[in-house]
Amino acid sequence: MARLKFLCDADRCIECNACVTACKNENEVPWGINRRRVVTINDGKPGERSISMACMHCTDAPCKAVCPVDCFYNTPDGIVLHSKDLCIGCGYCFYACPFGAPQYPRVGNFGSRGKMDKCTYCAGGPEPDLSAAEYEKYGANRIAEGKLPLCAEMCSTKSLLAGDGEIIAAIYKERVLKRGYGSGAWGWKTAYKETIDV
Amino acid sequence: MLIKRKSAAAARGRLQAVAAGFGGASLVDRRAFLKRAGFTAGALAAVGTIQVGTVRRAEAGPTDFQQPIERKKNICTHCSVGCTVIAEVQNGVWVGQEPAWDSPINRGSHCAKGAAIRELVHGDRRLKYPMKLVDGAWQRISWDDAINEIGDKLLEIREASGPDAVYWLGSAKYSNEGAYLLRKFAAFWGTNSVDHQARICHSTTVAGVANTWGYGAMTNSYNDIRNAKTIVFMGSNAAEAHPVSLQHILTGKETNRANVFVFDPRFTRTAAHSTEYVRIRSGTDIAVIWGMLWHIFENGWEDKEFIAQRVYGMDEVRAEVKKWDPATVEDVTGVPGEQLRRVAETFAKERPSTFIWCMGGTQHTVGTANVRAYCTLLLATGNVGGFGNGANIFRGHCNVQGATDLGLDVTSLPLYYGLTEGAWKHWCRVWDVDYEWMVSRFEDKKMMEAPGIPSTRWFDAVLLPKDQVEQRDNLRAMMVFGHGGNTIPRMPEMVKGLEKLDLLVVGDPHPTTFAAISQRKNGTYLLPICTQLETSGSRTASNRSIQWGEQIVKPIFESKDDYEVLYRLAKKLGFADLMFKNIKVENDRPVPEDILREINRGGWSTGYCGQSPERLKAHMANQDKFDIVTLRAPKDVPEVGGDYYGLPWPCWGTPEYRHPGTHTLYNTNLHVKDGGGTFRARFGVERNGVTLLSEGSYSLGSEIQDGYPEFTYGILKKLGWDADLTEAERATIERIGGNNPDAVSWATDLSGGIQRVALEHGCIPYGNGKARVVAWNLPDPIPVHREPIYSPRADLVAKYPTREDFRSFRVPNIGFTVQKAAVDKGIARDFPIILTSGRLVEYEGGGEETRSNRWLAELQQDMFVEINPADAAERGITDGSWVWVTGPENNSRARVKALVTERVGKGVAFMPFHFSGWFMGEDQRKNYPPGTDPIVLGESVNTITTYGYDPVTGMHEGKVTLCQIRAA
Repeated sequence: MARLKFLCDADRCIECNACVTACKNENEVPWGINRRRVVTINDGKPGERSISMACMHCTDAPCKAVCPVDCFYNTPDGIVLHSKDLCIGCGYCFYACPFGAPQYPRVGNFGSRGKMDKCTYCAGGPEPDLSAAEYEKYGANRIAEGKLPLCAEMCSTKSLLAGDGEIIAAIYKERVLKRGYGSGAWGWKTAYKETIDV
Repeated sequence: MLIKRKSAAAARGRLQAVAAGFGGASLVDRRAFLKRAGFTAGALAAVGTIQVGTVRRAEAGPTDFQQPIERKKNICTHCSVGCTVIAEVQNGVWVGQEPAWDSPINRGSHCAKGAAIRELVHGDRRLKYPMKLVDGAWQRISWDDAINEIGDKLLEIREASGPDAVYWLGSAKYSNEGAYLLRKFAAFWGTNSVDHQARICHSTTVAGVANTWGYGAMTNSYNDIRNAKTIVFMGSNAAEAHPVSLQHILTGKETNRANVFVFDPRFTRTAAHSTEYVRIRSGTDIAVIWGMLWHIFENGWEDKEFIAQRVYGMDEVRAEVKKWDPATVEDVTGVPGEQLRRVAETFAKERPSTFIWCMGGTQHTVGTANVRAYCTLLLATGNVGGFGNGANIFRGHCNVQGATDLGLDVTSLPLYYGLTEGAWKHWCRVWDVDYEWMVSRFEDKKMMEAPGIPSTRWFDAVLLPKDQVEQRDNLRAMMVFGHGGNTIPRMPEMVKGLEKLDLLVVGDPHPTTFAAISQRKNGTYLLPICTQLETSGSRTASNRSIQWGEQIVKPIFESKDDYEVLYRLAKKLGFADLMFKNIKVENDRPVPEDILREINRGGWSTGYCGQSPERLKAHMANQDKFDIVTLRAPKDVPEVGGDYYGLPWPCWGTPEYRHPGTHTLYNTNLHVKDGGGTFRARFGVERNGVTLLSEGSYSLGSEIQDGYPEFTYGILKKLGWDADLTEAERATIERIGGNNPDAVSWATDLSGGIQRVALEHGCIPYGNGKARVVAWNLPDPIPVHREPIYSPRADLVAKYPTREDFRSFRVPNIGFTVQKAAVDKGIARDFPIILTSGRLVEYEGGGEETRSNRWLAELQQDMFVEINPADAAERGITDGSWVWVTGPENNSRARVKALVTERVGKGVAFMPFHFSGWFMGEDQRKNYPPGTDPIVLGESVNTITTYGYDPVTGMHEGKVTLCQIRAA
């Protein structure tokens, strides 16, 4: 079984935000919720780099570990999903997440911020695949359609890669070898407890 | 209040803290700044109507997998890269977007705009029905009433003031067929004042490049940059303006380990991916290029064989370049001599080298001269006419190349035929109308052959005293189709012009700035036009590939497409029957396929003759057959075998001749029937006893192994090749030629016979000439550096002044007077900061459409000015605070947020040009018809920008002025 992962090649990301709007488009994500974002460091200076970030669908996900109502679950591909029916909006997952992925519709204290929302790897939620109920709560289920997340599929420079971890790691390795530089598979150590050695 | 939820902002902050592990760098980025800085006022509705907590089900979605899904292919309507959009449609509703993997141009990719394009057809903020302004209030009216009232007013103005009193402003968002129709419409109306956005983006490129080697277009393609070893960007921020092009460029950079040099006053997102960034002072491009050539000539790095065979006038350039030693260059441009030497050496030696430019080069009082300087550098180093090299001019809008080609231009009929009697007679033959009747439509024959008023000057033609405008009366009516109202400098004066007009008609998916900015009370009409996604037609990408877009959904609300609106208007004005004589009209909608066939019948000069709708549709259906680097399909593939993708023009001969199109212009390594070519013999055969035809250089397989002039029937006869013409071809030529058939040329022969015979002999119809680096018909035949009108360096203005005042395009150009007054008044002391402008990736053009798209608007909520930390500190300005930016003309001022960043150097400020809806501190949201105001509004940079026009094209100065910035 494949282990699905994300990999952002920061040497290619140009912060065009296609991943962000592709996500909005595919999942009809409302204003104010950003399942994916692009972060730029050293903005405007030599060394400026951008990285597209969302839920990394971690191995042994910390969000899952801390959830008091156990609303998270893993798909057989390693995708981390959750049930909005079970979620109580406590915000623990937000504090546990090393990537700041969980989002809430409202500002507030414990329980009043609404159901948590995050990147589903375009894999929907616990409802039956491709049902209206699933779409309404979680957005698209491209995985059930045999497709990959739209953010990566539409990436302007093929910087953001999604797919089986071994395959995208191989693509990245080949790139780095060919071009002679690479700042590493950012976030992999934290998310997947491994790095890509070139 | 449009307020982003705190949780989102907090989450963002958290992400940044995480990012600190990545390179351990400063965490201030542009968007974080905007979010931290608080959020712009307005547009509560954007948030208020959206249910949060769960993902909202849109009216359109989700896809119901029980129902059949149709997949439609169209082209992104934003920039000129030409990304294919695949839409999934159910029950006539656009429910989803899929990656277009088969397109050799984007291979599934999009930028923020393309990935959000489905929202345009959700259309919350679209103009929904025709409206008119009655005593300051918007009223809904019917299409019939709108067309009738507009038509009556136009006829009244025509009667009183002549046809030139009406201005027809078209659009780079038109399809080719729409652009062609509007140009034809203006001809039938009787004026040459018909223009579009190319005026303000690449008019100087078209003029400069065409005057150098023949055609005004990108020589190669985005894909071909994969072959380059050295890539120079000058005044181009492709990472934001043409994001998908970076896919090809970064691949080239990676696989060839190519050098990427970015010349810009700002350290742009593109510069962040360069191998070397060169900071220049805005408006000193010629000095930079001559500085590079100084090193090249000094060290003998030029390509001597190429120059000898294919270039006219290089020795005259050497004399000018001699003046630009490294010390002088550094003083004027700020670029250190050593750095320029390194870049020049690499450019000359690590070939193929390509030179990419955009509006940073073109939008200047010396725009055309800048372009010619770039071309000179390419020619001196032998970097044109091959693979991986060339002038890769990235055009702006999705069809600005096509709309330029098809004549939305005040100086030409479609396809660069010009305005001479011969040109009019050619098009009258194609249109099947009597030439004398056409003359009668104009004021007189003189006005018929006189260039119209460029879009940069229309309000001067409204406001100037009548005797200063060279036509019967001032402009009295503006017909605006698909054009922003915040795109041209001197907006305070433009507003006065708007208020003086008798009639203002805006045909657009959105009301645009034109509708909201002035205090007009009556005589304004808004016509809802659909986007290109809601109709069909072809568009020409920057690389000259033509792509056919099919209708995804029917026009939403009461909107109509351009074809139908122009037809209805023509009918009202009384010339529809003649104008659409040979074009099929169904339910008041002219059929775009038929319009393209008419273009094919007349488009010989530019090779728009071979791209029939059938061939273009076959290309869209067979996108996967084309190679990503060569853009060519293998010869044995059915339907499209051997073709280049999109039949990039020139595609010679009739569609049946099946020329494959031309991927790389002037490429002598290929046979002309395989898309090869030579420089165009456009400037004659000889000058001062020196040949203008190429010497010993010719395209592969040419039967004439030397230079040759353009082909005419007479030349064919001399060569004895006229025997190859068919009887039908000969009869057509003789009919066209009348008394002098020998003069019928490759461009006026409607049979295509002359082209066919030339190609069969391996020759290109337009001749084999030299490119010229001395354009003797233009001001400054060899480009010379001239300081901007508002220069921070008064000492250099004395040495390098702008051109003397002169008249062109029916109006005066008083740039010299303005520059002198600025120096005399010490403007640079009171306004010490250079102001430049440019794009953001989320928005496009005037921005009304993209600022109305909620998926994009969320990402950029505030108009801002980038200011260097040193300048900010001197003024007590902190990051994210409100500031007033003031300009040297019209007491102009703009209230915007400060973004303090080293991206701009000390003494330089940058503002994006996509904003409007605020004017000099006033929020104008109430001026839009209810429900059509864009989500995000802001001050326009062009409120601050100032006087200055290129002498050749009337291009405005959009990239250098002076300003002052103070804390608000």
